[in-house]
Amino acid sequence: MAITVKKIDASPKMNLLERTYLREILRGLWITNRHFVVNLTRHILNLFRIKAKPGAVTIQYPEQHRGYHKRLRTAHYLAHRENDDGPRCVGCMMCETICPAKCIYIVPTEHPDPNVEKQAVKFTIDMGRCVYCGFCVEACPEDAIRMDSGRLDICSYSREGMLWDMDRLLANHHDPAPYKDEEKWLDEEF
Amino acid sequence: MWIELLTKVLIAGAVLTGILSFGGVLTWVERKQSALMQDRIGANRASILGFRLLGLFHIMTDGIKMFAKEEFIPRTDHRVLFLLAPFIAWLFSLAAFAVIPFSPELTVAGYQVTLQVANPEIGLLVAFAMMGMAIYGVVLGGWASNNNYALLGSMRATAQMISYEVALAAAAVGPLLIYRTLNMQEIVIRQGQLYNGWLPLWGIVLQPLAFLLFLVAGAAETKRVPFDLPEGESEIIGFNLEYSSMRFGAFMFTDFIEKILVACLTTTIFLGGWQVPWLADDGFRLGGALALELGPMVVWLLRLAAFGIKVCALIYVLMLVRWTLPRFRYDQLMSFGWKFLLPLAFLNIIVTAAVVLVLNL
Repeated sequence: MAITVKKIDASPKMNLLERTYLREILRGLWITNRHFVVNLTRHILNLFRIKAKPGAVTIQYPEQHRGYHKRLRTAHYLAHRENDDGPRCVGCMMCETICPAKCIYIVPTEHPDPNVEKQAVKFTIDMGRCVYCGFCVEACPEDAIRMDSGRLDICSYSREGMLWDMDRLLANHHDPAPYKDEEKWLDEEF
Repeated sequence: MWIELLTKVLIAGAVLTGILSFGGVLTWVERKQSALMQDRIGANRASILGFRLLGLFHIMTDGIKMFAKEEFIPRTDHRVLFLLAPFIAWLFSLAAFAVIPFSPELTVAGYQVTLQVANPEIGLLVAFAMMGMAIYGVVLGGWASNNNYALLGSMRATAQMISYEVALAAAAVGPLLIYRTLNMQEIVIRQGQLYNGWLPLWGIVLQPLAFLLFLVAGAAETKRVPFDLPEGESEIIGFNLEYSSMRFGAFMFTDFIEKILVACLTTTIFLGGWQVPWLADDGFRLGGALALELGPMVVWLLRLAAFGIKVCALIYVLMLVRWTLPRFRYDQLMSFGWKFLLPLAFLNIIVTAAVVLVLNL
């Protein structure tokens, strides 16, 4: 069988005007120039507090967040009770048991209130090991451990720093700011 | 005589300071303009007491960073040349500003004062010569680095800059045939004429093709994108490979200075220099009649401002090109310079010469 050679001409077909290049360059310059003028106008309007679209698509990260979906599993936190400052956690060990990454460490003890089963004296999550499966949230009978803080900037200089203890987990809480908030984006400084 | 010397020194100092400050500001302009063109914000984090001032402090932080960085000097036989090369490029590109006429002459207390350091009859040739000498900085930098990649980079840079210098000079010949002078101040004064009493006869009106060629060749001469093969920051290693710290900064700053130089030269030759349309020595004139009378000082200031505005507009265009077009390949660069720009420049010379001869201008 004879070898058939199929020639593919992949070179772009350009007419004479396009090959002379000058008009195409001018068109390109027109686009970038338009972006410059439009963005500059928007920046100036925003600077004088006149409502306009933002002049840049930049999200200035530490101050601004991308805006996550509300169902996104973000950093854990421990919820407080409604009445007093105590944590909702009753030290039932459900989350520690179900955790597939074995990153939750709980030390439970008796609670002074006889109506409350137990409480945790130590509640540590190794954020470096967590796989963000959300099983702990599902397993919790008291809705004490939650994963909708909206924070994903979980970082540390050491492995020890990735161990979040109970104080930190209680201090971390649902932060509504990071959610998609169109109004806040307008207020940026450029 | 001493007063003349003193004024010259003062003018030279003013020009030098102005150009260097303007070059510094251009680093900010380049960042912000590119950011706006690409829907970004641009460098804005440097602050003093919480004031960011649109990122203007980055000019200072850049300088501090450059000086504070470790300077690495490679083992080379040409240590002196290596250390000197950035400043050769720097010095000659600054020296070219000596002949740029930033303003017309002004008579103050019997003395002729003008913001032009020297006004030789061969002004334009001096500018071209200084631009040509600036190539030595690049050549020596690559050669003294004792690095084959840097050497290849400087070869590339030299070939490009010399090629485009030919086109640059050839493009300038067209207008020179019309002006019939190399004196920079004279060139600007010639462009003050009006056609039919309303159209300013600037170089761009008389020689639109030469203007385009000059600008393109100028962009190539200053190693800007799309002609930035000599540097090719990250992709193809350039002549400044072995340079670090402020010596690298000097090379980079030279680029900005040369950009201003090209803008100044283009303004002088093609955009009427300090000429303001319809502004004569005694005020605005429309159709030969005096429309608005102005004092000599006001006229002088208006003309100085006109030069600045023209230069800024040109730099905007150069930056726009720089942040729009992709880089040329080396063979494209060479064939563009020799087979397109240069023949067109020669064609322009021939046609201009014929027209000048026939019309007996």
